[in-house]
Amino acid sequence: MRAVQALTVVLLLIAIAWGGAALIPAVFAVAVPYLALAVFLLGITLHILAWARVPVPFKIPSVCGQQRSLPWIRQQRLESPFTSWQVAGRMALEILLFRSLFRNTRSVLTPKQRLVYQPDKVLWLGALAFHWSLLVIVLRHLRFFLQPIPRSIQLLSALDGVFQLLVPTLLITDVLILGALLYLLGRRLFNPLVRYVSLPADFFPLLLILGIAITGILMRYVDKVDLTAVKELALSLTVFHPTVPHGLSPLFFIHLFLVSSLIAYIPFSKLMHVGGVFLSPTRNLPNNNRARRHINPWNHPVPVHTYAEWEEEFHDKLKAAGIPMEGDD
Amino acid sequence: MSKTPEELLQIHYHPPKHDWMDPSIDFEARRGTWSYPGGVKSLEYLGLPNPREWSPTDEDWKLPPNWQEIVHRGFKDLLTKYRSLRIFMDCCVRCGACADKCHFFIGSGDPKNMPVLRAELLRSVYRKDFTTAGKILGRAAGGRALTIDVIKEWFYYFYQCTECRRCSVFCPYGIDTAEITMAARELLNLLGININWIVEPVANCQRTGNHLGIQPHTFKDNVEFLCEELEDITGIHVDPPINKKGAEILFIMPSADYFADPGIYTFMGYMLLFKYLGLDYTLSAYASEGGNFGLFLSRDTAKRLNYKMYAEAKRLGVKWILGGECGHMWRVVNQYMDTMNGPADFLEVPRSPVTGTVFENAASTKMVHICEFTADLIHHGKLKLDPSRNDWARVTYHDACNPARAMGLLEEPRYLLKHAVNHFYEMPENTIREQTFCCGAGAGLGNDENIDMRMRGGLPRANAVKYVHEQHRVNLLTCICAIDRAVLPTLMDFWVPGVRVSGIHELIGNALVIDGENERTTNLRGEPLHGEGEVSDDV
Repeated sequence: MRAVQALTVVLLLIAIAWGGAALIPAVFAVAVPYLALAVFLLGITLHILAWARVPVPFKIPSVCGQQRSLPWIRQQRLESPFTSWQVAGRMALEILLFRSLFRNTRSVLTPKQRLVYQPDKVLWLGALAFHWSLLVIVLRHLRFFLQPIPRSIQLLSALDGVFQLLVPTLLITDVLILGALLYLLGRRLFNPLVRYVSLPADFFPLLLILGIAITGILMRYVDKVDLTAVKELALSLTVFHPTVPHGLSPLFFIHLFLVSSLIAYIPFSKLMHVGGVFLSPTRNLPNNNRARRHINPWNHPVPVHTYAEWEEEFHDKLKAAGIPMEGDD
Repeated sequence: MSKTPEELLQIHYHPPKHDWMDPSIDFEARRGTWSYPGGVKSLEYLGLPNPREWSPTDEDWKLPPNWQEIVHRGFKDLLTKYRSLRIFMDCCVRCGACADKCHFFIGSGDPKNMPVLRAELLRSVYRKDFTTAGKILGRAAGGRALTIDVIKEWFYYFYQCTECRRCSVFCPYGIDTAEITMAARELLNLLGININWIVEPVANCQRTGNHLGIQPHTFKDNVEFLCEELEDITGIHVDPPINKKGAEILFIMPSADYFADPGIYTFMGYMLLFKYLGLDYTLSAYASEGGNFGLFLSRDTAKRLNYKMYAEAKRLGVKWILGGECGHMWRVVNQYMDTMNGPADFLEVPRSPVTGTVFENAASTKMVHICEFTADLIHHGKLKLDPSRNDWARVTYHDACNPARAMGLLEEPRYLLKHAVNHFYEMPENTIREQTFCCGAGAGLGNDENIDMRMRGGLPRANAVKYVHEQHRVNLLTCICAIDRAVLPTLMDFWVPGVRVSGIHELIGNALVIDGENERTTNLRGEPLHGEGEVSDDV
């Protein structure tokens, strides 16, 4: 049901792009992308500023390895970082390689009533394939916006097409991202527990990105897009002198509109995890609590029970028990 | 005990048909899985909101008329104080990696015990009240209005989380359900919704200095009584100083260690060790609690109770503080104390008077864990230990959640065990160290009315113990946590009969060879040294 809601919205977006681009191409080629980019930049900036404004009152790393204590006990630097550099290492592992997801296990209660925890790396693999492919694809697209095309982007595209099976060259990331998206979607649909917790907002970005990937792939392999026209448009957008060239297909407009929708949607959605992962206090703080004091900016006073009050209340009992008191000496 | 192990093991991991957003908890039908509400007297003593007589089974929870506004304001306040909460509300993608990492979910199959959904209980209200999409789109954007049924559901499920932080180890963004549970409990507190098993110990601790409400003269009696027992067994006379000014070290332990079996044997272990070393230390009847149930109520109450540690250290003029075996105590001491009640500039960087080791890792907080302290002693060859005195025991080790995931105290206790016992066996790797499973009764849930949920929550831990019990005939589950020592015996009797529970310093005390002692014929529990473990070795 929630998946259907999300699918409906994506189909609606496609219809809007299809119909709209035929009527008012300039709006969909120029105004919408600019607006989306503006919403994205402003939204993400405000969101991150809003996070950054909130203090981190306590140093609460989730420690995943041996602490630094006695010199002869080996500290696990990346699982229990003590210095900022070690934190950077932990964060790099988390952001680039999804370290925590790599730990994933599946708990199974066997018929003999034994709980076993099987390694379950598929989610990690799927997530990694998706995110890395997405990054490479985004970087590949820079060739539309830059003239001349930087060597690094050319090299990246060449590497991506290293398996030259088809003409035009089949790109690895196209295959990977499709496979990964279908796996992530399938998981949400067919794993009963994941389906139970999934909201429309979980299906929507998957379907939206799937739509973007499929239209992109169609433009590359099937209904080939006029690359010169696309580049003309892209370059004109980058220099704020937009011109809408002829020869842009409906497929291209759908692709562009879905991309615009996606980037405008990011600041209002769970896709903010892109920024959140950098700021997560259980990951980006060192486990050196007892060595370096952490300051809480709003550390307000609380009502306490002082020793003097305590001694007064229990005075006679303390005296009878012979426990030393303040007045003794 | 209302259910048998066989009954509890009928666990279904398939979610129900109806939408999770529609809450309804039948408290009457679910007796055994929730705890009684906080008592009026305790709430009044602490000055906490809305003290009244009520029961979760009541239709009317007697909330203030403007309860919605109170929660909304409280939520807003927390969101401006805790970046953790803000980020954890915003960036969960519901990937579900946390789902089967929670002991309560594994033991109950209730989908709302999946950390992701537990957080969604709060997050749905956050979306509705504080996000643009949620305000406009409501339910389609995952938003949910704050109704009285939502409040009841919060009470049910946020008191089915032990703040063990296992899920946060597996979360790709490090979302820590403990932060979310703490926030939810703080919001519930604003309405006077909490549980007595937490509120009463907090009130006791605020007044007398310890959770159990033991007054200073009784504290002294207990200590002396245990020392007499210790002398009967070992022939060693121990007379620990109480509230002694000018001692070098203030020793603070959880109150259960001087009050209840089996913690009292751990206490005897500490006392014997300090006597052996000739340590210049003192106990305190004012700071007579290491643990801090305040943490399970709100961070303010945690700070109130924790205040006594530094205040007493300053008053007594000690150089540094040594802390006993306790789990959540070390969460507070390691991650909160210095920030809340520091800086402890009146203390010195801890230095072992026996080995000269300077504990640089505690340079600011100035408090050392006794496992660090003792490991250093053994490493320097300062202890004469006879591990064969523990041959009655075939031992495994349970990492308490907080020393593991809030400290990384993993090797020190193992190092002690390897020197104090001959038969040590690890539980399976996904159940120990940073992946350790909770006892099922932490964060104030170790009461008897909640027994079914405790046994369910403790299932993953018990199941791992059962494995080493069957494979290696393990008969002793060691731990460095007072809540563990209080609740694991019940858990073992239920799931793995034949396994008992002890602290690590109990075994150190057994193994410690002291000049002038009697020939040891029994362990500190007064049981013959040639017991079951050794006999079964020959079988």
